[in-house]
Amino acid sequence: MDLRSWIEQWPVARQLTGHDRLGRGAAAMSARSAELRARTEDADTVSRSVCPYCAVGCGQKVYVRHDRVTQIEGDPDSPISRGRLCPKGAASKNLVTSPLRQTKVRYRPPFATEWEDLGLDTAMDMIADRVIAARRQGWQDVDEHGSRLARTMAVASLGGATLDNEENYLIKKLFTALGAIQIENQARI
Amino acid sequence: MAECHPVGFQWVVEAQAGGANVFHVDPRFTRTSALADTHVPLRAGTDIAFLGGIVNYILHHELDFREYVLAYTNASTIVDEHFRDTEDLDGLFSGLDHERRVYDPATWQYEGMPATPAAGRRTQGQAHEQAASHEHGSHGATLEGGEPRRDPTLQHPRCVYQILRRHFSRYTPEMVEQVCGTPQHLFLELCRQWTRNSGRERTTALVYSVGWTQHTVGVQYIRTASIIQLLLGNMGRPGGGILALRGHASIQGSTDIPTLYNLLPGYLPMPHAGSHPDLSTYLDTVMGQRKVGYWGRADAYMASLLKAWWGDAAQADNDFCFDHLPRVDGDHGTYQTVMDMIEGKVKGYFLLGQNPAVGSAHGKAQRLGMANLDWLVVRDLFAIESATWWKDGPEIATGEIVPEECRTEVFLLPAAAHVEKEGTFTQTQRLLQWRERALAPKDDCRSELWFFFHLGRIIRDKLSGSTDERDRPLLDLTWDYPTAGEHDEPSADAVLREINGYDLSTGELLDSFTGMRGDGTTTGGCWIYTGVYAGGVNQAARRTPGTEQGHVAGEWGWAWPSNRRILYNRASADPEGRPWSQRKAYVWWDAQRGEWTGEDVPDFERGKPPDYRPPADAVAEDAIAGDDPFVMQADGKGWLFVPSGLLDGPLPTHYEPAESPVANALYRQQTNPARQVFPHPVNPSQPESTEPGNDVFPFVFTTSRLTEHHTAGGMSRYVPYLAELQPELFIEVSPQLAAERGLSHLGWAHMVTARSAVEARVLVTERLAPLRVGDRVLHQVCIPYHWAHGGGLTTGDSANDLVGITLDPNVHIQETKVGACDLRPGRRPTGAALLRYVEGYRRRAGITIDTGNHPVRTDRPGASP
Repeated sequence: MDLRSWIEQWPVARQLTGHDRLGRGAAAMSARSAELRARTEDADTVSRSVCPYCAVGCGQKVYVRHDRVTQIEGDPDSPISRGRLCPKGAASKNLVTSPLRQTKVRYRPPFATEWEDLGLDTAMDMIADRVIAARRQGWQDVDEHGSRLARTMAVASLGGATLDNEENYLIKKLFTALGAIQIENQARI
Repeated sequence: MAECHPVGFQWVVEAQAGGANVFHVDPRFTRTSALADTHVPLRAGTDIAFLGGIVNYILHHELDFREYVLAYTNASTIVDEHFRDTEDLDGLFSGLDHERRVYDPATWQYEGMPATPAAGRRTQGQAHEQAASHEHGSHGATLEGGEPRRDPTLQHPRCVYQILRRHFSRYTPEMVEQVCGTPQHLFLELCRQWTRNSGRERTTALVYSVGWTQHTVGVQYIRTASIIQLLLGNMGRPGGGILALRGHASIQGSTDIPTLYNLLPGYLPMPHAGSHPDLSTYLDTVMGQRKVGYWGRADAYMASLLKAWWGDAAQADNDFCFDHLPRVDGDHGTYQTVMDMIEGKVKGYFLLGQNPAVGSAHGKAQRLGMANLDWLVVRDLFAIESATWWKDGPEIATGEIVPEECRTEVFLLPAAAHVEKEGTFTQTQRLLQWRERALAPKDDCRSELWFFFHLGRIIRDKLSGSTDERDRPLLDLTWDYPTAGEHDEPSADAVLREINGYDLSTGELLDSFTGMRGDGTTTGGCWIYTGVYAGGVNQAARRTPGTEQGHVAGEWGWAWPSNRRILYNRASADPEGRPWSQRKAYVWWDAQRGEWTGEDVPDFERGKPPDYRPPADAVAEDAIAGDDPFVMQADGKGWLFVPSGLLDGPLPTHYEPAESPVANALYRQQTNPARQVFPHPVNPSQPESTEPGNDVFPFVFTTSRLTEHHTAGGMSRYVPYLAELQPELFIEVSPQLAAERGLSHLGWAHMVTARSAVEARVLVTERLAPLRVGDRVLHQVCIPYHWAHGGGLTTGDSANDLVGITLDPNVHIQETKVGACDLRPGRRPTGAALLRYVEGYRRRAGITIDTGNHPVRTDRPGASP
């Protein structure tokens, strides 16, 4: 090793002689840290998303590698958030990759004390049957004055404020066609 | 705002760096207070007294922006001679039916104008009307009978300006101090700064968080803010306005495209039984006979919606399938529905990313309601408490729910997360932002789009041979969205196009709602969103970087309507169309080119000159004059006084919270006389402030959020970083209260109300100071509401178990932001002992099913005849 290389091993020498005068980047790197790569660098895809928590609408960039979310970062292009995320938004990779997430349908029969497994298709079919039956049970054609009601009072729903507009649209459209009116969300709360 | 919308708060800090003065008015000292220039404390639940004091300050010193007020508000309009104010009737307005506790707004009308059809929406035989005001959505009520009479000198004793003066004349700084506990010097400093920083050259913005809505007078809180901002000329102008900070990513969207019982998309009302036998009657009440303003085109919005939903089946000769719509006839809101569950009237319930066992008022009522269903479908990311109450809810410990005796069938279906589906959120600023899908959901996880599309498909298949007339709406429904991928995920893009709407004569996507027609030749699922696909481009997906555009940033996402970023921005120019000042120029009239121009999309017809005066037979936007900026209002004016559309009065009035240790210092009427009550053994209420037993619950409490958690905790208590940052429930108390009740920092304490007792660690802090209210010292207690005992990495009691159910009459929202409680050292009893303990409190307070449920009390000593 010549003298020059030997001196340049010292971060302070690199800081004084190189471009990194504040010593916060290249000057401060060790051999190991110089080789480190951000996990965002080798992502297969980067998708533009929006934080799912409050309604400010901070931009997010979602990095995916091998079909797993590897990082979620603030989107610096967003004129709303300018790349920032709050503690919740910054933890949203934790949210979507959590091992605590429910990934299988669970079913609790009447009077049971434990969950049971149930296939998704079976669950969908059972729910459809129950909606049809409850809808008929709670059906009202007219009120006591003979005015048209054409509705069911036996099926209710709550939720929508965390969902997409397109989802709320289908929810309202389907329930209205079913005659179910007690369709509500957090905006009432 | 710094606490709950931290990234949005960067702009407040930025404004501060530019010289803005930031006041934070809040019972709590939060992270916002720490950054604000001044923290102004007040007693929870007294905001109308506080804001009313500011109105009084403005009017008393004549500090209103007179030119703006005269031209753009209804200040000069003369009100019916039979109107009686709360000053005349000791806290009540004229028109109250004492028995049914419903106001008849006939005497609140502008002089010479009949009451509007809002009154026609009465519920027969019920004590409460449906959300008539909420039905009006984003616009005021219709006005009939031509131009109202005005007095531009503002001297007529019955003009709105003078009525306002009289109404608020006793809301003096002394009264504010007495009611709110706010020191006068702080209150007056805010008044001085707000008025000085408003007018031609300057504007002031008011930001509230939606805790404001969670009061029995929630709508009137926001109304009081509107009065201030109109009087000071801060509406429709840059740096001004009233900005609501909403707490869920797309809660604005779920109101625009409503999963709400009383609305159809775009704030069209759900049809009402009796009042709306057919489409033309329905449209008459929505558009008004005079069809003034943009609601005058509601026939086009409605026909386009019905065409979008029922396609070829919807034809002019069958009212476009208007009768396929079910009818409402009362309050069908979530709390009424929960009471109906307890009564066994509801069979099945869907929960979609919502955790009412923790997040709604009166957790026990929510859980007992669910325990009395036939079936429950919960769709969520985690096994939240609303899915597991039958196994580990608090009522299992008390014995009120016995799993082996509970018949409710529960389906827990895993949902897709925000990165696992594409679609739009509508954020708090009316901004639609499209999210790309990063990856497919795993295992059984599915989007709501998938769930509802396939549920509808299966139900339609099962009923496909039906000849039952009741099944027609379902079978006629347009339900043919393209699907893709291994799960047959429906196309969110196709749904967004349907929402935008098409011109059926050309097959092209519509560019604007002004292209909608009432003859069935256009479609559109939500008229205010028409234009989100203008030019065949998904405008919500636009991502021009903020650094490459001006401060309005109109090329990032898309704001409804028509990509306008500030509503009513015609008001940023004077009546002649010139900017009020160069400093505050935003949208103005370019006389040479004969059009409105500026930094934003003008919220006005581009070519309508300021001197335009509508001919007598004009309808819709043509009936709005060139100097009337509030284009959704029937008279084009900002309403200081609301003649129609509100159920609890044309002006805001201070009433005490339903449960308060303090007597109303302003009127004998204690609480909102029209508030909605639910007398039921499950829902005991505490005595009003003037009733015996009130002193059993001597402290005011409020519930709140923390930066590190989110609402009912379903998206935060399961996240390790967040659970670690805020690991445990706590109660904030002042050192004085801690000393008075023997509480120690980090020790245990519990709060008690008529519903339950909730325990938590004690946080003794000077952030919470005792207030001097009237002639005594009053303590406030704060508790966050994110916790529960079901799943999650951090557990604790649920603050909402403390709260009962009593609602704002206009919008049926509960009073969760203020209550009265007792506070004791140590942990609460558990199991059945907890029930006995709370029962002891109810007995000591003399609580029966009638207690607190008779808001109109004319029998009080000395009450007005």
